[in-house]
Amino acid sequence: MLCARRSLRSRGLVARPAPVTMPELLDVVIIGGGVVGCAIARELTRYRLRVCLLEKECDVGFGTSKANSGIIHGGHHSDPRSVKGGLEWEGNQLWDALAADLGFGFKRIGELTIALSEADLPVLENLLSRGRAKGVTGLEMWTAEHVRAAEPNLSQDIIAALHAPTTGVVNPYEACFCLAESAVRNGLDLRTETTVLGLSLADGIWAVDTSGGTLHTRFVLNAAGLFSGDIAALAGAPALAIHPRKGEEYLLDKRLQGHITRVIFPCPSPVSKGILVIPTYDGTLMVGPTAHSVEDPLDLTTSAAGSDEVFSSVQRFAPGICPRDVIAQFAGLRAAADGDDFVIGPTSQKGFINIAGIQSPGLTAAPAIALRVVGLLRDEGLGLAPRDDFAPGLPAPVHFMSLSTEAQIELAERDPRYRRMSCRCEFITEGEILDAIGRGAKTLDGIKFRTRAGMGRCQGGFCAARCMELLARELDIPFTDVTKRGGGSWVAIPRLTGVAQEASHD
Amino acid sequence: MISSKPAHLQGVYDVVVAGGGPAGLGAALAAREAGAERVLVVDREKEAGGILLQCIHAGFGLHHFKEELTGPEYAGRVLREALEHGVDVLSDAYALDVLPDKRIKLMSAEHGVTLIEARAAVLSMGARERTRAAIRIPGARPAGVLTAGFAQRLVNLQGCLPGRRVAILGSGDIGLIMARRLTLEGVEVVGVFELMPYANGLNRNIVQCLRDFDIPLHLSTTVVQVHGRERVEKVTVAPVDDHLKPVLSKAWDVPCDTLLVSIGLIPENELSRQMNLRLDPVTNGPVVNSAMETSRDGVFACGNVVHIHDLVDFVSAEAGLAGRWAGLAAQGRRPPEDNVRLSAGENVGYCVPHSLSTEREHTVYLRVRKPMEQSVIRLSSSDGRFTVDKKVRYVFPAEMINLKVGPRMLQNFHGDALRIDVLPR
Repeated sequence: MLCARRSLRSRGLVARPAPVTMPELLDVVIIGGGVVGCAIARELTRYRLRVCLLEKECDVGFGTSKANSGIIHGGHHSDPRSVKGGLEWEGNQLWDALAADLGFGFKRIGELTIALSEADLPVLENLLSRGRAKGVTGLEMWTAEHVRAAEPNLSQDIIAALHAPTTGVVNPYEACFCLAESAVRNGLDLRTETTVLGLSLADGIWAVDTSGGTLHTRFVLNAAGLFSGDIAALAGAPALAIHPRKGEEYLLDKRLQGHITRVIFPCPSPVSKGILVIPTYDGTLMVGPTAHSVEDPLDLTTSAAGSDEVFSSVQRFAPGICPRDVIAQFAGLRAAADGDDFVIGPTSQKGFINIAGIQSPGLTAAPAIALRVVGLLRDEGLGLAPRDDFAPGLPAPVHFMSLSTEAQIELAERDPRYRRMSCRCEFITEGEILDAIGRGAKTLDGIKFRTRAGMGRCQGGFCAARCMELLARELDIPFTDVTKRGGGSWVAIPRLTGVAQEASHD
Repeated sequence: MISSKPAHLQGVYDVVVAGGGPAGLGAALAAREAGAERVLVVDREKEAGGILLQCIHAGFGLHHFKEELTGPEYAGRVLREALEHGVDVLSDAYALDVLPDKRIKLMSAEHGVTLIEARAAVLSMGARERTRAAIRIPGARPAGVLTAGFAQRLVNLQGCLPGRRVAILGSGDIGLIMARRLTLEGVEVVGVFELMPYANGLNRNIVQCLRDFDIPLHLSTTVVQVHGRERVEKVTVAPVDDHLKPVLSKAWDVPCDTLLVSIGLIPENELSRQMNLRLDPVTNGPVVNSAMETSRDGVFACGNVVHIHDLVDFVSAEAGLAGRWAGLAAQGRRPPEDNVRLSAGENVGYCVPHSLSTEREHTVYLRVRKPMEQSVIRLSSSDGRFTVDKKVRYVFPAEMINLKVGPRMLQNFHGDALRIDVLPR
């Protein structure tokens, strides 16, 4: 099985193992491999820099980004006077090029913010004028008839809606994987399952103590999301308070594909955009998120109350949606800073830059944030010499089931890996699973979020054992060493044939 | 392992069967016996036999083979019978689509992606398990929450264990079987928790898998919270009131590293949906007539893909019917028309088939919604002028009812719709 690994590596599909010691001085260490950290990393690899990205989870995007709603917001929702308000529209416009370069799915499906009563109309008017003032294109008030014709499954009680054609959807984790993979191909040193333990500054050089050794760098970017307050404290930077705010989301069976085709926002209240109906990039409907402050930055529990809140709220304007169709539920935590705005900028600790408090519309803004951070680094004295060998693209992954029958026949003939169905719900072939492993998936969740295998109706009942076998074979590890998402998330243990064996596994 | 892969696929088959479990293999055999020349079974596993291959316990075949067999023994027999009758069995393959002209798109480890022609098709893809999400168990999402069937696969096919201390939600048969299996493997099974006031599995499994091993069964109790970050650390369970709402004030914690979910099966109809077959919203399987033919001519269905069976023996009986008619259809003989629609009435969840003929003998399979003692199964016409009753001692949702319906029973019936109720006597 080592041969299989070697061949993957020779094709450049597996990241090079990180050297144990790294004597040289890095230019930038990014802490946090969410969509923001990954976007920054990729932007920095355009220049002749030594950049390292540290992620405590086993994969990039496995914190807040993974549970993101996946909406590229239209550009008109946030107050233009705020930091996020400006970056929202700027970021929105960058997604087409990013998706084209990296080959991930992105569709501008548009959104409707609906009015259910006369009282909602001034709010919509205000959103419209705010958006127009920002330069958001295509905003338009729709009549009830127009809404009914476009979205016949919405409530008949809707009296008007604001349509924003600029709103799009992506799979947030896919964006992370592609950004990180592109960065790695352009020289990023990506270290997953690496926790930052300490930060110290001496003679203008930062020492970053990690669970995998100490790194030295000129700049430290704090993109640690929910933990950016802790990182700021380690760096001795001014206090940064992060308040986790939970959002529960419910994913519905794909039989509802096409039931609603645009992102639907209820009329927003001053504190929240409300609970939405989101047609995901893959065509499944998702409803959520809730918004409740929690203390514990690791609390990803869903609740009966959250489910009730989501469904009762959504059924007011989308009566065809019901809990019976739920195939998956999950929760994510927004990393909200005081004042509810993004905190982006240098600190009193020279070379330590915060990119924190990135809540909605953080995904939308991420590409714009990356550009802003590059500008900040330049202002702080980092020389930016462009590389002439930067490769913006990625090899396109195969989506077997979207190929024509002729192309499927041809591919299966040429490559026997495309002759086995590994996931029966989402129709993912063994070849696609192997490709995901080659591109860095090390766990069941790593495969699931790269390929959708395990994300469908049976939630892995069929494919999990197959994926575990493939992971064990390709990574050359025992079947029982395969985890759901790294750390202690083991899936199976060896038979309890003797005391020794049991003890050895504890 | 019984091996028999056809060296090459033929261009045209009389009958192609999607799914090589007991339903598909039984249908293929019946199609051959009905005179179909070329019959192909497509199965996605390395070896055909379906889910029976991981059901290593005994208790199968008492009706069909008149002796008690293990799952793999039962599967082996139906596979051998099919092969001996000249059925082609293509394992490690997958039926991707059945095109409107009945060409079938196959994916096979040996043959790649190919289109083959079929004169008739049988759908026998079986079922999948309902998951945690289907009942929205709140709480964290650590590793260690898995369906009982996946655990069964881990133990019986992969040779490893799902955990050391296991709680089981739902008293479906697979969960009960796994309670015993895991206990025998040295795993501690801390209890089975069932939302309903009665068990959902067969009574013999309650006795043989739980009572004999002193595993507690908590009725009217459910899991209200899953705890643990990386791996399950405990679950909170609570009794439910008469409206099945958890009484949180009486909740208690159950330390465990694994939660098995055994809350029922759903027919696996990816392919049926793709083909736009008419589906029954209650069974989630295709609507079928008394020849087990779906809404598309020449496409038949049998086994758990149509409705969930408790016993494989009845799957085999249903497969015999579907396969025979598929075999005849391939030779140009259409099943006779049905003249009566069948509908589920009071305390009847569903009945299969969805139509029948007053001219022939039929077995109607039905399931009640709630248990009832001293009851009567009533067939009645929509105008109420015709009724016929059949007494039954007690009925349970967990036990499928087989009702023989024939011309004699219906001799005074005139009309085009029959309703089935299960009523107190």
